[in-house]
Amino acid sequence: MSGLSNDLFVATVMAYAIAMVGFAFDLAFRRAPTRLIRAAAPVAAQQKALVGAGAPVDAAPPAPPAIEVVEDEDRGYGRGGRIAVALTLVGWVTHLATIVTRGFAAHRVPWGNMYEFSTIVAFIAITAFLVLLQRQKARWLGTFVLVPVVLYLGLAGTVLYVKAGPLVPALNSYWLKIHVVAAMTATAMFFVSGIIAITYLFKLRRPDGPLLSRLPDAASLDRLTYGLVAFAFPIWTFAVMAGAIWAEAAWGRYWGWDPKETWSFITWVIYAAYLHSRATAGWKGKRAAYFAVAAFGAMIINYYVVNTFIVGLHSYAGVK
Amino acid sequence: MSEQTMSPVTREEARLEAPELLSTAPQEVGERPVRGGRRRPFAPFVRAWRQLTSMRTALLLLFLLALAAVPGSLLPQRSVDPTLVTIYIAKHPKLGPFLDRLSGFDVFAAPWFAAIYALLFISLIGCLIPRIRMHAKALLRKPPKAPAHPARLSTGTMFETSAPVADVIAVGTKVLRGRRYRVSGDVGTVAAEKGYLRETGNLAFHVSLVVLLAGIAVGSMFGYTGKVVITDGGGFTNTLVQYDNFNHGALVKTDQLNPFSFRMNKFTATYQADGTPATFTADVNLQEKPGGPRVHHVVRVNDPLKIGEAKVYLINHGYSPHVVVKDKTGTVIFDDYVPCVASDTANLTSSCVFKIPDTGLAPKGELKVPQQIGVRAVLAPTFADNNFGGSVFPALRNPRLAGVQVYVGDLGIDAGTPQNVYTLNTTRMTLDKNIKGPNGSSTPILDPRNPKADTVTNLPGGLVLTVDNVKDYAVFAVKYDPGKGLVLLAAIAMLVGLVGSLLVRRRRMWIRASPSSSSGRTVVEIGGLARSGSLSAEFEDLVRRVKARLPEQG
Repeated sequence: MSGLSNDLFVATVMAYAIAMVGFAFDLAFRRAPTRLIRAAAPVAAQQKALVGAGAPVDAAPPAPPAIEVVEDEDRGYGRGGRIAVALTLVGWVTHLATIVTRGFAAHRVPWGNMYEFSTIVAFIAITAFLVLLQRQKARWLGTFVLVPVVLYLGLAGTVLYVKAGPLVPALNSYWLKIHVVAAMTATAMFFVSGIIAITYLFKLRRPDGPLLSRLPDAASLDRLTYGLVAFAFPIWTFAVMAGAIWAEAAWGRYWGWDPKETWSFITWVIYAAYLHSRATAGWKGKRAAYFAVAAFGAMIINYYVVNTFIVGLHSYAGVK
Repeated sequence: MSEQTMSPVTREEARLEAPELLSTAPQEVGERPVRGGRRRPFAPFVRAWRQLTSMRTALLLLFLLALAAVPGSLLPQRSVDPTLVTIYIAKHPKLGPFLDRLSGFDVFAAPWFAAIYALLFISLIGCLIPRIRMHAKALLRKPPKAPAHPARLSTGTMFETSAPVADVIAVGTKVLRGRRYRVSGDVGTVAAEKGYLRETGNLAFHVSLVVLLAGIAVGSMFGYTGKVVITDGGGFTNTLVQYDNFNHGALVKTDQLNPFSFRMNKFTATYQADGTPATFTADVNLQEKPGGPRVHHVVRVNDPLKIGEAKVYLINHGYSPHVVVKDKTGTVIFDDYVPCVASDTANLTSSCVFKIPDTGLAPKGELKVPQQIGVRAVLAPTFADNNFGGSVFPALRNPRLAGVQVYVGDLGIDAGTPQNVYTLNTTRMTLDKNIKGPNGSSTPILDPRNPKADTVTNLPGGLVLTVDNVKDYAVFAVKYDPGKGLVLLAAIAMLVGLVGSLLVRRRRMWIRASPSSSSGRTVVEIGGLARSGSLSAEFEDLVRRVKARLPEQG
């Protein structure tokens, strides 16, 4: 079972890698959208989209409600784009399968170490992308999501990989399921929002630059970033709180400024600053996006640097 | 955007938003009208207060707070592990003390850290009070009156019907009420508003944040936390002197701690075949009050012992060898289980220090140096020659005490300075190279399970040291935090408020019906306004519902 899970993992990465090339090809060579319009009658448009794309939406978490529907006039799917979407779907299925088989191989929930955590975070990020693809025709996002996902999975499969095995006593708690699921979901959403915030900053600088002209207008990118953060922020808050409850049960204190706790706090505070800045005159737009990118950076540090380089109570990554 | 550049529609929307403020966010500094004329002596303070409670300052403080927390994760912290701090300062003799003066090792208790969050909370409270007042007013008020032409709003529509004006208004009111809008009708118009929960949630979140801080403050003033090491068969009574390490809040009466006591019968650890831990359990008999019944409990990791509001956690474990020292007449002068500290957390190779202050030997030389004994040794629970004498498995399978070194001289205990029981200061002691272990070795390896190989002889004055048993010990943390419940409640309220404030949208809808001058039918105008995001889906739905209840449209 463990071997099967590993084979499926490789298949997933390969499918995503080819899809990534397809999306890049699609982005570079398809006709540039002439203009983007705010959907006047999104009900009809959405229904059309529901019939059109065959993405398995049922399994996906609901997308943030605050996002506005953006209609792309350029409906034409080039061959590259079609192959890319198909392969992403194939990869999504094998991705799900690698997670499930891993769980069976280890006889526990498949999120007990950094390799498994990374795998699921990438899975949720891809799911979020598929939902955006289906609801908002965000095909342009394919390249920007798949490039980091492929790198991320590559890193997970090589550096972070550990064999399927049981949990250490400290992790053996039902709070593992709750706390880590929330942390993974929020991480994946922040991941996608961070990518969009970065493209937004580039778009602001050169709206008509090469490739950038093919992206939606800056205002839509800004709204999309906000929608994802507004969706993920309460989940992250919950993840931190669930972690505190678990810490109270395990170590007798709900908060002890362990490096992981410190960086979760830093991430939370910067995202809070982002949400406030979007409601503050003079801080909307570019400055707010800088907060979003800084928070994304803090999250990456929390995830990679703290787990591997700083010794703390969360050093259970299994990476030596 | 200035008033002149606004399109008529935007200006109309601004008018509808402005007087009743669709959002109750305070105006920005500088946007407030300035009352001229008289000199006001408090003006600078008022300005400073406005500056502090502005969103811009709050943003800056939030960012500073994040930045200030960073060194707390990079430098070792006393609150987390004081030993690491001591090591760091020893390694960096110049930088260490300098960072220490800047509270670099107590970042989260540092005055500059406290200053940032104190300012942030003052700013927050200053911002909250007027917003709560405004929101309370908004909750009591009727929705603002309909504009002259609701259809001209950016989300708006117009149609005609054969129904009379009064019917249209009745239908509109009913539909909006059904959609749980707050509705206020007038002649020919309906005004409706929904989504007050957004601001309610927002305020609940921020108020809870203040309550959370209060809970933390209560905990740090009235709470205490301590650590205690207990070997199998040992006991503990909750009094100050029994702790190995104790921290308490300023308002804790240390002579009136919760009077429970417990005895640890047995600590048990189980491991996977590869040595990764599987389970840790401590079997204890708890007595909640002096003279009360003794109740059997099993303490596990993640599963503490609860005594009232105090909790006892199992946080670590290790091994205690049984050390017996006899003098040359055979009288026992030392007999104790001495806990050793694991230097290798995977296989529990541990370093041991035994201190025997009362040896009965006469002080030596002109300086009258006391002849106390200090022993250093390495305990391997599963000894293997091929691992340089270290342990190859964490369980007690084949224990050995290796690298036994005996020091003679002044332990430094009598000077009265507190010292770490787990380290030996040998500056005023000398290594005794004449000792003889099993097989006559002067670098003995003792086997506690073999009576023929568990003794060191030829110590000064004919003393004999025997290590004839090894037991498990457990480290318990005793915690008492009376602010915890408040913190949990505040956290739950924060989360609920946050979800409300991010997911709910405040929106207004207006319906105006008037008789058409040309056709004799009724002209219906519907318009809507939302502060954030798109209203179109909901608006479409509303219009569809109204139309469905009216005859003959066109």
